[in-house]
Amino acid sequence: MASHGITRADMAAVNLPRRRVVNRLMEGFTALAAVIGVALLVIIVWSVAKRGAHALNFDLLTKTPVPFAIGPVKQGLANAFAGSLVLVGLATLMTVPVGILIAVYLVEYARPSVRSGVSLVLDVLNGIPAIVVAIFVYGLFVVGHGQSGWAGAFALACLMLPLMTRSTMEVLLLVPNSLREASLGLGVPRWRTILSIVLPQTIGGITTGAVLAIARVAGETAPLLFTSSLVGTHVSWTPTHALQSIPVAIYELSESPDPADHARAWAAATVLLIFILLTSLAGRWIATRSRRRISTSR
Amino acid sequence: MTEVPPDMSITIEPTVRVETRRQPLPPRDRLDRVFHIDDLAAIYGTKPAIKGVTMDVYKNLVTAIIGPSGCGKSTYIRCLNRMNDLIPGFTQTGTIRYHGQDITSSDVDPVAVRRHIGMVFQRPNPFPKSIYDNVAWGAKVLGMKQNMDERVEKALTQAALWDEVKDRLKSSALALSGGQQQRLCIARAIAVEPDVVLMDEPASALDPIATQAIEQLMHELKSEYTFVIVTHNMQQAARVADMTAFFSISKGGEGQRWGELVEYDATEKIFTAPSDKRTEDYVTGRFG
Repeated sequence: MASHGITRADMAAVNLPRRRVVNRLMEGFTALAAVIGVALLVIIVWSVAKRGAHALNFDLLTKTPVPFAIGPVKQGLANAFAGSLVLVGLATLMTVPVGILIAVYLVEYARPSVRSGVSLVLDVLNGIPAIVVAIFVYGLFVVGHGQSGWAGAFALACLMLPLMTRSTMEVLLLVPNSLREASLGLGVPRWRTILSIVLPQTIGGITTGAVLAIARVAGETAPLLFTSSLVGTHVSWTPTHALQSIPVAIYELSESPDPADHARAWAAATVLLIFILLTSLAGRWIATRSRRRISTSR
Repeated sequence: MTEVPPDMSITIEPTVRVETRRQPLPPRDRLDRVFHIDDLAAIYGTKPAIKGVTMDVYKNLVTAIIGPSGCGKSTYIRCLNRMNDLIPGFTQTGTIRYHGQDITSSDVDPVAVRRHIGMVFQRPNPFPKSIYDNVAWGAKVLGMKQNMDERVEKALTQAALWDEVKDRLKSSALALSGGQQQRLCIARAIAVEPDVVLMDEPASALDPIATQAIEQLMHELKSEYTFVIVTHNMQQAARVADMTAFFSISKGGEGQRWGELVEYDATEKIFTAPSDKRTEDYVTGRFG
């Protein structure tokens, strides 16, 4: 006499109202956590922009700092903006080719065991605190030679490399194997297949990886404190000596007793945040575009 | 509804009929051997895929490989141009002599092997390039740069695609239909002038009309190339192949399964008078 279907007794046994409440609570907590995440970003951007807005003007980008200035002197942080451009630019030039080569080796050539081993090493490298990288580069290049833009850029590159490699690996793994086989089946050598068939598919993804890595290190202070922080006030583009940078300038201005310096620090922070937001958005945009391209070519 | 008379006995007829318009095959000793495969075994890691395959593939014929799923048909055909080299953990034993030269030996460059033994895959895989570049790229990379326009036109014509695409050679190959893409892949394979074209279930993702187009072009091109085609479609083998090899699954101790060659003969013989019981069961539809 087995009864079929859900009986009234079943319904009572599982206590549906309580289940509904628990479900609602769970949903509420998770949503609240998401709101906290978004709110943090909004609060940080808002508080920085509010304090920096009134010092944010064209002089900030074009004028250099005037030491020991008293009263309203027109001055800016042109040296820091120029220095950051050089440091991040050099770090990108060091990272992108090496990162792509590592990723191509791991995805296209290495045995699976080697791939997972090296991937783990890259993840560990990614987790090394920036200040530890700074001390390493300090010991390697700065001791005995003095600070330089090269040392600072190298320290930034150490932080960029794992990000760059991992993101390139991910897009290489997205390229369908059938495309590689199509080329190899014609009797085309492996290196040519990678260069002409695989890599062109991944340019968008590689660009995204580079842009996100740039956004990540553009605001790094710690690696530059030991390697490229003893600087003058003039604009310099040569990496053979130490270069000023935005994050280090913000740090130094914030230690100053002059409220005008604080305002400039907030303004510089605003510029840095805008730059990072824009590069991240650009990265996301390129990523969605290229992912669509790869998926249609499957 | 008409009643079946109770005295009428049910006979199982062969489900596959062999077309008779094909030319009778000359005796085997008068055929040129392209491949001489001897005791080939292929292993993925510790799992055998095929064992003890010994057969010859003859020039300017279409050779079909049939058999149930998992009998190692694809593994076998991919051995013939060293495509399995790309799979980690793959090993093989035995020899594959291609015009007398053992292409399984480690000092033979797989790139050189594939240069002569082209391949068309199960799913159409055109490059994300224009129709023209799909056909021209391989030839260009391999140094055949002269008269490229003629080369592309010839390959597309042979693949029965020229009339459909001649006005839009510069548009993306990805905009073509599945059947057109597969014919483009065939054009791409023959544009580099291979000796043998291996086809791994080339029509399994296509509709009957596209399938017919591909079978037709194999029929027309076999005077220039040697085709080896893997198919799970027996009718297709009966329609296109001169020789047919039937692979089956053998079971060993500890749950091991591997594919082996059961019978290899003229297609007509395989489908009408197979000498092995397993072949008969398979081609009459009693199994598989």
